Amino acid sequence: MWDYLVYFVNATVLAAALRMATPLIFTSLGGIFAERSGVINIGLEGMMLIGAFTGMLTSYFTGQPWLGLIGALIAGALMGLVHAVAAVTYKVNQVVSGTAINIFAVGVTVFLLRWIFDVAGTSPSVSRVPVVTIPLVNRIPVIGQIIGTHNIMVYLALVLVVIVHIFLFKTVWGLRLRSVGEHPKAADTVGIDVFLTRYLAVITSGALAGLGGAYLSIAHLSRFGDQMTAGRGFIALAAMIFGKWTPFGALGASLLFGFANAVQMRLQELGIPSQFVQMVPYILTMIALAGFIGRATPPKAIGKPYKKE
Amino acid sequence: MKLEQSSLTSREIITPIISVILALLVGAVFILIVGENPIEAYWVLFSNSLIGVSSIAATLQRATPLIFTGLAVAFAFRCGLFNIGAEGQLYVGAMAAVIVGVSLSGIPKVIHLPMAIIAGMLAGGLWASIPGLLKAKLGVHEVINTIMMNFIAYFLTDYLVTGPFHGGRWTPETARVFPTAELSRLFPPTRLNTGIFIAIAAIILVYFILWRTRFGYEIRAVGFNPTAAEYGGISVSRNMVMAMVFSGALASLAGVEQILGVHGRFIQRFSPDLGFMGIAVALLGKNHPVGVFFAAVLFGALRTGAAAMDRLTDVPRELVVIIQALIIMFVAAEELTRRLIQRRRRA
Repeated sequence: MWDYLVYFVNATVLAAALRMATPLIFTSLGGIFAERSGVINIGLEGMMLIGAFTGMLTSYFTGQPWLGLIGALIAGALMGLVHAVAAVTYKVNQVVSGTAINIFAVGVTVFLLRWIFDVAGTSPSVSRVPVVTIPLVNRIPVIGQIIGTHNIMVYLALVLVVIVHIFLFKTVWGLRLRSVGEHPKAADTVGIDVFLTRYLAVITSGALAGLGGAYLSIAHLSRFGDQMTAGRGFIALAAMIFGKWTPFGALGASLLFGFANAVQMRLQELGIPSQFVQMVPYILTMIALAGFIGRATPPKAIGKPYKKE
Repeated sequence: MKLEQSSLTSREIITPIISVILALLVGAVFILIVGENPIEAYWVLFSNSLIGVSSIAATLQRATPLIFTGLAVAFAFRCGLFNIGAEGQLYVGAMAAVIVGVSLSGIPKVIHLPMAIIAGMLAGGLWASIPGLLKAKLGVHEVINTIMMNFIAYFLTDYLVTGPFHGGRWTPETARVFPTAELSRLFPPTRLNTGIFIAIAAIILVYFILWRTRFGYEIRAVGFNPTAAEYGGISVSRNMVMAMVFSGALASLAGVEQILGVHGRFIQRFSPDLGFMGIAVALLGKNHPVGVFFAAVLFGALRTGAAAMDRLTDVPRELVVIIQALIIMFVAAEELTRRLIQRRRRA
């Protein structure tokens, strides 16, 4: 029994879980920004994909992966801006707008990949942001193996969780953001600019999803591949819901989903088909939404465009 | 949109046309970026999809599954539900159909083929009933649940196609269905098959149900104003579940047509986002069965012409995916097109 446990829960698996959770952490934090302001963001998947592509492209042409991160951030933010213009100003159905962004992202990345590099499928290899080792921490037994040496973006993701938590729950801006997502009319009455708040939140959402995508193309790997996000934007959405729209909740859910991903190969060896392990995040999210394990309740004004009277 | 109105108003026809034109104009910018002439590229695209019998047959073939997914999304929309899970529903439907198609032999086609089709519809309807029930009984938003169930369907069919129903070849696909379970080809070498007749029947059926039956009236009443419907003695929850079941069954037909009419077997992740494109088709067709038909044909033409454009010009075929995304955005941004129309009137 103990042997089995050690086989599934050991430093190697947990380190892999952390790596696999990282893009989900960035993107689910992005989801929190949008949804806490009252805007559904189904387009996270597409924003990630655009971020992954732009990160690769910037790194390719400048040789600077750091600039790649900035490129991905800006590209993601631009997609967020598109979503904000559609959802906030033109009151387009937010799910429709997100779906359009997802389809657009698939089309435009493959289109540009084929036009710029004349290749189908995979981009050339580019330089990526470095892996770092945290001194002292890496010498602690087990813990050092789990968190001691990672790509710098893994640490960035963990730091961001804390920053977003403080922002949302300890600052006046965070309070305003949340109030816009819960009671836009009341927020408006006390002088909060609902439109501006939602614009900024959705743009930030896109920027974070862009970073999540860049993790895939210029940190975890060093190239872009067609549809390389492979549904991670939707898993991030699930992580956000399962984490009840809070940064630490999303972190926990991302780690859980990352763990499921990291352990599936080992379960396969035991005769448990990996596909059933891959279903787990989605099933858990449905169960959480249905209220069977501590009901997940979205912000009140979610999905409703605000009309000033 | 009024509750009783079954035909489209002139504005409901003009808005989609303007949206398509806008999308093609933005698409032209992408064509210019790669250094080609937009008029030439669009000519290649549309002449190869709309001129000549075999081009039209190819376009109709690509339109067939989109008619099903478009109807599926439109039907749910009419009940106020957003079925973003057509993709998953068509996968489980296709899998159920293929299981019937490969497992039973020695029975005549008049029995085998309908059995396979009905198995697919049952599976798709059942799959869609889950988010329907969760919405009706617990008030959980169907959008997230249908997305989640898309992924569960991917992995479930991934498992079945690589495991119990793997066809023996090294690629992840099932064995070929027996000829008695196949939809016959109409214009070889194009892959247009008798599925198009089922699609046309589905269009008529959906129209009939929505505007000529009590069930359809209730569906539309719930979509129009659930509170008023409930007050008027219509069970909102029952109709929501039924709308999802019906929608799922329609979506599954897209998968059934692809498997029994085009591929002959279930191939892992065979669908080029047909379910998501169904959202675009429904929006462009204004959630009306006839509108869905024309929207599906347009999308079918774009997909068909894209291959020729890719071959004959320097424009990558993915241009049409970009155009499809833009169409969704512009159709949905009604206020944008409305402002454009008003500005023209004022000028």
